[in-house]
Amino acid sequence: MKLTEKIRVLAVCVGTVAAAVAVTASAPVQAQEQFFPALVYRTGAYAPNGVPFANGFVDYFKLVNARDGGINGVMISYEECETGYATDRGVECYERLKGKGPTGATLFQPLSTGITFALTDKAPKDKIPLVTPGYGRGDSVDGAVFKWNFPLGGTYWDAADILIQHVGKKEGGLDKLDGKKIALVYHDSPYGKEPIPLLEARSKLHGFELLLLPVTHPGVEQKATWLQIRQQRPDYVFLWGWGVMNSTSIKEAVATGYAREKMYGVWWSGAEPDVVPAGDGAKGYNALVFLASGGQGQVHKDMIKYVYDKGQGTGNKDEIGAVLYNRGMVSSMLGVEAVKRAQSRYGKKPLTGEQVRWGLENLALDAAAIRKLGFEGFMNPIRTTCSDHQGAHSGGVQTWDGKKWSITGGPYESDLKVIQPLIRASAANYAVEKKVPARDCAKDASS
Amino acid sequence: MRKNFNMIVLGVALMAGLIAPLVTGASSAGFYTEVLLGGLMAGVLYSLVALGFVLIFKASGVFNFAQGAMVLFAALSVARMAEMMPLWAAILLAVGIMVALAFVVERVVLRPLVNQDPVVLLMATLGVTYFLDGFGQTIWGSDIYEINLGIAKEPVMILGNLFEGGILINKDDVAATVAAALLVILLALFFQKTKTGRALRAVADDHLAAQSIGIPLNRIWVIVWSLAGVVALVAGVVWGAKLGVQFSISQVALKALPVVILGGFTSIPGAIVGGLIIGVGEKMAEVFLAPVMVKAFDLAGGGIENWFAYVLALLFLLVLPQGLFGEKHIDRV
Amino acid sequence: MLYRENGQFKTSYRQDQQMLPILQDRIFMGLLLLFVYVGAPFIFSDYFFLSILIPFLILSLAALGLNLLVGYCGQISIGHAAFMSVGAYAAYNLVLRLPQLNFLVVLILAGLIAALVGLLFGIPSLRIRGLYLAVATLAAQFFTDWTFARVKWFTNYAPSGSVSTATIDLFGWHVDSPVRKYLFLLAVVTLFAVLAKNLVRSHIGRAWMAMRDMDVAAEVIGIRPVYAKLTAFGVSSFYVGVAGALWGFVHLGSWEPLAFNITLSLNLLFMIIIGGMGSVLGSFFGAFFIVALPILLNRAPEWIGVDMSTAMVSHLESMIFGSLIVFFLIVEPQGLARLWAIGKEKLRLWPFPH
Repeated sequence: MKLTEKIRVLAVCVGTVAAAVAVTASAPVQAQEQFFPALVYRTGAYAPNGVPFANGFVDYFKLVNARDGGINGVMISYEECETGYATDRGVECYERLKGKGPTGATLFQPLSTGITFALTDKAPKDKIPLVTPGYGRGDSVDGAVFKWNFPLGGTYWDAADILIQHVGKKEGGLDKLDGKKIALVYHDSPYGKEPIPLLEARSKLHGFELLLLPVTHPGVEQKATWLQIRQQRPDYVFLWGWGVMNSTSIKEAVATGYAREKMYGVWWSGAEPDVVPAGDGAKGYNALVFLASGGQGQVHKDMIKYVYDKGQGTGNKDEIGAVLYNRGMVSSMLGVEAVKRAQSRYGKKPLTGEQVRWGLENLALDAAAIRKLGFEGFMNPIRTTCSDHQGAHSGGVQTWDGKKWSITGGPYESDLKVIQPLIRASAANYAVEKKVPARDCAKDASS
Repeated sequence: MRKNFNMIVLGVALMAGLIAPLVTGASSAGFYTEVLLGGLMAGVLYSLVALGFVLIFKASGVFNFAQGAMVLFAALSVARMAEMMPLWAAILLAVGIMVALAFVVERVVLRPLVNQDPVVLLMATLGVTYFLDGFGQTIWGSDIYEINLGIAKEPVMILGNLFEGGILINKDDVAATVAAALLVILLALFFQKTKTGRALRAVADDHLAAQSIGIPLNRIWVIVWSLAGVVALVAGVVWGAKLGVQFSISQVALKALPVVILGGFTSIPGAIVGGLIIGVGEKMAEVFLAPVMVKAFDLAGGGIENWFAYVLALLFLLVLPQGLFGEKHIDRV
Repeated sequence: MLYRENGQFKTSYRQDQQMLPILQDRIFMGLLLLFVYVGAPFIFSDYFFLSILIPFLILSLAALGLNLLVGYCGQISIGHAAFMSVGAYAAYNLVLRLPQLNFLVVLILAGLIAALVGLLFGIPSLRIRGLYLAVATLAAQFFTDWTFARVKWFTNYAPSGSVSTATIDLFGWHVDSPVRKYLFLLAVVTLFAVLAKNLVRSHIGRAWMAMRDMDVAAEVIGIRPVYAKLTAFGVSSFYVGVAGALWGFVHLGSWEPLAFNITLSLNLLFMIIIGGMGSVLGSFFGAFFIVALPILLNRAPEWIGVDMSTAMVSHLESMIFGSLIVFFLIVEPQGLARLWAIGKEKLRLWPFPH
C-alpha cells in the first residue's frame, strides 16, 4: 500500500469517527411522542426465543399507532437495541436509550433477569420504571422497597411454587413429596438461579430432595447433566432454560431415556422453538403457562388487519399467535396500559417515567378491560398496589402433544404464605444493603 | 529422564482418576460404561472439529480459529438448503460452498499474509470467524434448524442382562462414530495413495523444499482448506443432526483447541485420540468429580467440564508440549 | 506549515528524552488535555458520556494493558477478560469486606490481585509461546468464568450470582453523575497512560520488546526471559485488573461473570489489532473504534434513510469487525496508530512534499 493510499485510509477512518461523534452528539428534534425503548435479542444463542418475543413486542406498538392513533392521541415511538441477552450490552442499551424521546424512556422491559438485576440499582436514580412481566427479581414484588420494579403477573418464585403444587397434586398431596427427588436443570445465570431459594424453602417444608444441575451458557452441552439425571433418577425434572438450551435439554432427555412426562419447564421453557426442534421426542413435555398457550383472539385479528395486511408487520404472518409472540404483545400492552392509566392523572401528553410509574403502581386490568383490549383468554386480570407490584399470582400447566400446546393443569394460585416471608426477608436485606429507605405503603397508597 | 518421570506421574494420575469411581464404588459398572460412552461420543465430535484444525495447521502452519465458525456455516447451509431440496443435494451443494469458501480465504486472507508470524495468522482467522458468524446468520438466519438424517432418536437398551438397568445407546451416536471413522480412513487413503495427498504431506514436512520441487503452494492451500471445509461439513451435519443447528455450535467448537494441544498440532491420529481423551475426561470429571467438589467447597453447582479440557491441556503443555503424537520440534523457549 | 520542528534544538539529554520532543506536539497535547478536562464536560450530553466516553476510557485502559503484553512483549493472550473479572471481583470483595478502605486503595489492590493471578497464568509462558500460550490463556478465561460463577464466597453468597456495587465515594466526592464518572476515569486513565508510556521507554519496556523481537537474542544480550515475561504478565494484568474494577464499578454497576466472557477478551484483542500493536496511542484509537462503530452502525440506517432490522445491524457489525481485522492485519499491521504517525510525517512536509 502506497503512502498516499494510507493517508486516504486514515482520512476515511477519521471521517467515520467524526461522523460517529456528530451523529451521536446531535439529538434529533422530537415530536410529541411517548418513547418506548425495546431491548431485544435477534441474534446469537437466544435468538430463537428472542425474535418472536421482540416481534410481538414492537408489533403491538405499531398496532396501537395504526388502530388507535397512539395512546389517546400520543403517538408511540420506539427504538430497538440488541442486547444478545448479555448483561453488559443490556446496560449499554439502557444508557443509550434512557434519555431518548421528549420525556425520556417510558419504561424498560429488558427480557433478561441478569439485565434486570443490573438495572435495578440504576433505574431509581434515573426515575425510570423497570417492568419485568414473568421474570426479574422475586423480591421486587415488594413495592415498598423496590419502588421502580414491576414483575407484573408472576415471578420465578410463583413459578416454582406452582410447579411444586402441581407435582404435589399429581402425587396425591404435598405431603407425599416426602422422600421424592426433584432436579432443577437451570441456566447458569441470575435467571436460572432465581427459583432456588423458593425450592429450598419448599424442600424443607415437604421433605423432598432438591438436586441442582446448572447448565452453562449457552446450554448446548448437557451430556454430563443428563448422565447425572440418569444416575440419580429424580422423580421430576424442572427446567429453567432459555434459548437453545431448552430444546437441547429435551433432546438429551430423549437420548438418556428420561420420561418427558416428568419434565416441567418454567413459562420461558414452554414455547414452540423449545419443543419443535426436538421433534417427536418432545411429546409429553410440560411447561408452565400464565393463562393461555399460543392462539389467536380479537387483538390478533386487529393485528392482521391494521398492521400485517398493510405490510407493516415485523415478522411472518404465520407466527402471529405463537406463545412468545403473544407474550411479547402482552408485555408491551402492559406498558401501554400503564401509560393510559397515568394519563388519567397527568393528562394526555407524553409522560415521564416517574409519571408512568404511578400508572404501573395503580394498574387495574379486570376481565372487562382485558376483553375490551382484545386479550380475552390470553392474560389474567392484574391489579397492582404499592405493596404488591405483581398484581397476579396464577398460572397453569400445559403439555406438548407433538403438534400444539394444550392446558393440562391448573389454574393454580401461588401460595403467598410460602412466598411472602421470602419476599420480605430478601427485600429487607436489599434495603439494608443498598440503604434504600422503605416506603410506608399505607401512607403512600393515596398519593 | 525427569521428563519421562513427569509423564508417568501424569499418566498414572489420569488413569487413577479414570478408574476411581469404579474402585470406590461411587458408580455401578453399567452407569460407568454409559458415562464412558457418553464421553466418547462427545469426543468424536471434538475429534471431527480438531481434524479440520490439524489438516490446516499441517499444510499451512495456520492455527485456524475459524474452524468452529466453518462447522456452523456448513451445518447452516445444509440445514437451510435441505428445506428446499433433498438432503444429498444439499450436502453436495454445501461441499461446493465450502470449496468456494476455501478459495476466497486463500485468496483474500492467506496469500497476502504469507510468511507472517503464526500469531498474526491466528488473529486473521479470528477475523474470518467473526465474518463467517455474521455472514452465515445473515443469509441463513439465526433460528434453530434441523438436519434430519432419518435416524431414530429414542435410545436402545443393550446388555440389559449384564448390567443392572442396561446401557442406553443412541443410533445417531453410532452413526456419528461410523462417519468419523470413515472420514479418517478416507483421509488416510487420500494422504497415502494420491499424488495430491503426497504433495500435501511434502508441504507439511517442509514447504520451502516442496515449493522448490514444483509443488504449487497456493493450490495446496486451497485444497487443504477445502478438505477442512468438508471435514467441518461432516462435523456440522453430525452435530446438527444430534443437537440442532444453531449459532452456539461455533462456540462449543472452541473445545477443539485443547484437543489439538493434547494430540499434537500435526497429527491426525492425535486429533482423534485427543478428542476422545478430552471427551471422556470432561464427562467423567463432570459426573464423578464435580459432585465431590461441590460438597467439599460448597460450590453453587458443578460445571467443571467448562474448563477441565483447557486445564488438562495446560498440564499436558507443561509435561509434554509436543502433544501425544506431535513432532518433537516445537517452539520452546 | 505549522507542524515544523525547524529551529527546535535539543541541548540536553533531558530534552532528548522528553515524551513529546516536538513543541507543536506539546501544544497539541496541552490543548487536548485542556479540552477533555475542561471543555468536554460542558459540551457533551449525558448520553455521549455514558454510551461512548465512559466505556471508551475503561476499555482503552484494558486495551493498553493487553497491548503491553501482546504488542510490546509479544505474548499472545486470548483470555484477558479473565483478569478484568479478577479485578472486578477483587474490588467488589474489598469494598464489601473492608468498607473503610478508600476506593483508590481498593483500585490499586484489585490491580495487584489481578497481577498475581496474571503471574500465575503467565508461568506457562516461560516454557511455551505463540499458539500454545493462546490455549493457556483460554484456560485462564474459562477457569475464572467458572470460579466466579460457582464459588459463592466471591459473590457474597448472592442467590442470583449477580453482584452490584454502591456509588464510589472519594473523600466525600461522589462519583455518580456521568460527568463525574467521566472526570474520575479520565484522571485514572491519564495517569496510567503516562505511566505506561514511560514504562515502555524504560529498561523494562526495552526488555519486553527485545523478548518480542527475538527471545534468544534477547537472552544473549543479558535479558532474563523469566523476568521480562513475568513482569509483562504482571503489569499487563494489573492494568487490565484496574480496568475490570472500573468496568464493574463505574460502567456496569452490577454484573455477573458472563460480563467478562470470551467475547470481551476477543474484543480487547481486536482493539489492539485495529488500533495498533505496540503503541500506547493505538490502544486508545482501537478502543474508540470498537466502542463507536456499533453505535454508528445502529444509527447509520436511519441516518441515510434505509430501514434495517436490528438483527441485520448486529450481523453487519460482526462482519465488519471480521473484515476490518483481516484488512488491518494485511494492509497495516501496526493499525491506526501507524496511520496516525504517517499522517504526522506528511504534515511535516506539507505543503511542499518534495
